[in-house]
Amino acid sequence: MTQPMTLAEKILAAKVGRDVVRPGELLEVPVDWVLAHEITTPVAIRMLEQRGMDRVWNPARVVAVPDHTVPAKDIASARLYQRLKTWVQKHGIEHWYDVGRGGIAHTVFEASGLPAPGEVVVSGDSHTPNAGALGMFATGVGSTDLAGAIYAGTFWLKVPETLRIDLVGQLRPGVYAKDIILEVIRRIGDDGARSMAMEWGGPGMATLSMEERFTLTNMAVEAGGMTGIIAADDVTQAYLREKGTPEERWCIFQPDPDARYAERIEVNLSELEPVVAFPNRPGNGHPIAEAQGIRIDQAYLGSCTNGRISDLRIAASILRGRRVADHVRMIVVPATQAIYKQALREGLLEIFVEAGATVSYPSCGACLGMHTGVLGPDDVCISSTNRNFTGRMGHPSAQIYLASPAVVAASAVAGAITDPREFLTETATQLSA
Amino acid sequence: MSTTIRGRVHVYRRDHINTDEIIPARYLTSDDPEYLGLHAMEDLDPDFPKKVQSGDILIAGKNFGTGSSREHAVWALRAAGVALVIADNYANIFYRNAINNGFLALEVPGAAEAFETGDEAVVDLRAGTLTNSRTGQTLTFAPLPEFALKVREAGGYLEYLKARESAAS
Ligand code: SF4
Repeated sequence: MTQPMTLAEKILAAKVGRDVVRPGELLEVPVDWVLAHEITTPVAIRMLEQRGMDRVWNPARVVAVPDHTVPAKDIASARLYQRLKTWVQKHGIEHWYDVGRGGIAHTVFEASGLPAPGEVVVSGDSHTPNAGALGMFATGVGSTDLAGAIYAGTFWLKVPETLRIDLVGQLRPGVYAKDIILEVIRRIGDDGARSMAMEWGGPGMATLSMEERFTLTNMAVEAGGMTGIIAADDVTQAYLREKGTPEERWCIFQPDPDARYAERIEVNLSELEPVVAFPNRPGNGHPIAEAQGIRIDQAYLGSCTNGRISDLRIAASILRGRRVADHVRMIVVPATQAIYKQALREGLLEIFVEAGATVSYPSCGACLGMHTGVLGPDDVCISSTNRNFTGRMGHPSAQIYLASPAVVAASAVAGAITDPREFLTETATQLSA
Repeated sequence: MSTTIRGRVHVYRRDHINTDEIIPARYLTSDDPEYLGLHAMEDLDPDFPKKVQSGDILIAGKNFGTGSSREHAVWALRAAGVALVIADNYANIFYRNAINNGFLALEVPGAAEAFETGDEAVVDLRAGTLTNSRTGQTLTFAPLPEFALKVREAGGYLEYLKARESAAS
C-alpha cells in the first residue's frame, strides 16, 4: 500500500516517477512550463549567455509575456522588453504574447488553455502559485533557477510541508475571495505558510468560481507559501474545457483523506466579513468596520490578484450611475487584453470612464510602483493588489490598504474606505423599486 | 575555502524584512550589481548603503527576504558589501536565491537579540557556531545543506548544472 500524500506531494511524486515523496526531501523536478516576463527573464538569459549555456530545453514549453513595464515606460524598460523579444525570436519560443495581445503573465497563462492539472510551472515571479488553482504545482523562483529551468527543464526543490485550509459554508453578498485570502493570512500570519504548500479544499470550495480560486492561490506567497493548490473538480474541468486544454493532458490528483498536514485550518465562509489589510503587511487584516472612513487619495483596481472580468463586473456594478469622489483618482487596469476586450463589449469600461475613473492598458501597472499610478509622498491608496509593503506602489511614506474590488469601488465613490455592502443594498433596492 | 568568517554586524531587530525594502522595484530596470548595491536596504534604512562596508554581516529576525522573487535582493546585498546574512529563518525564494548564488544565508534563531550594531561576529561554518566577540556569547546553528555547499563550491547553481552535464557527457 502506498503512503498517504497531500496534493502537492502526489504531483511531485508523479513528476519524479516515485511512489512517495516526503516533506524535506530535496528533489530535482522536471517542469512542464516556464513562464517568462521582461523583468527577471533577461537576467536569466544573460546568465546563460555568459556561461555558454544559451539554449532552451523546449521552446514549445516556454510562455513569454512582457507585463511589468509595458508598453515601455522609459528607455531602460524598452531595453528589457527588447531583450526578451530578441531571445523569443532567436529560440523560436512558441507562446509569445506581445503588447496588445497579452497582459499580466499569470492571468494570460491561467486562461491560455496551455496549463493542465498535474503539471509543474515555474516562473521568475513570486505570484506564480496563481496557476495552482488548476490543480498544478506552480511556484516562483529567482533568475538563476529560472535560467536553470530554461536550460535543463528542471529545478531543485525541497518538498514542502502542506498547510490544509478547509472552506465551509458560502460567502454572503459583498464578501469575496479576496476577503477569504486576507482573512487566512491575518490568521496564520505573513509567514504562517513559510515554504509550505497551501492546499485549499473543503465543501465550500464548490461554491467558488475559477476566477475566485485564482485569487486564493495567487496570494500564497503573502503567507510565505511556496505554492497554493486546489484539486481539480467539476468547476475546474468546465473551465479547462472552455479554454480548450486538451483532456488527454489532464492528470487529476486528489489528496489522500489521511494525508499528513503540518497544520489544518477551517474558514467558515458564511461568517466572513469584508477584510482590509492595513499598511504595511498583507497579514495586517482588520474587519472593514475598523477601516471605515479612512480618507483615500487613490483607488486602484487591477493586478494578477484582482484584475479579472468578474472583478471588473463587481466594481462596475457599484460605479454604475455614480461618480468617483472629487478628491480621488481611480485607476482601473484590466489584467489582460482578453479581459479588456470583454469589459469593452459588456460596457464596463464606459461605466468606469463615465464615473470619472481612468482606464489603463493591461499590465502590472502601479501594483509594484513602476508606472500607471505610482503613489506620491503620504498618498493613501485602497488597492485590489496583493502587497502593501512600504514603498511597494511608490513613495515609502504612501499608505496602501488591500481589499476586494468591491471595497475599492465603494471607497472610490465615498472618498474614504467604505463597506461595499452599503452600495450593494442600495443597488438591490433600486433594482427592486 | 576558509570556514571561519569575521565581520562587523548591522542588526535590524525586525521580522519580515521584505524584498521591496532590500531593493525597491524602482531600481529593477537594472541588473548591474554595483548600481543595485548603492540602493541596498534604502527603504528600510536610507543610510545603509553609506554605513555598510565590505565584509559586514547583516542580522535580522524571522522571515527575511519575504516578498518578490527578485534575485536582485541577493545581488544588491552582496554588491553593497554584505558578506553574509544571519536571520531566524528566510522566505522560501530568497533562501533559494541565496543558495543558487553561493551567498551565505544562515539560520540562527535569536541572533538579532545577541548582537548590537557594531559588534564583531565570528562565524564558524563547519562547527555551526556564531560568536559575539564583545560578549563572548556563542549561538549554534544547523550546518548548511550539503547541496548548498556543493553549489557554493561550484561557484553558483548554473556552474553546478554545467559541470554536472559535462561530467555526464
Ligand atoms: S500584477 Fe503585481 S503582483 Fe502580479 S505579477 Fe504584476 S507586479 Fe507582480
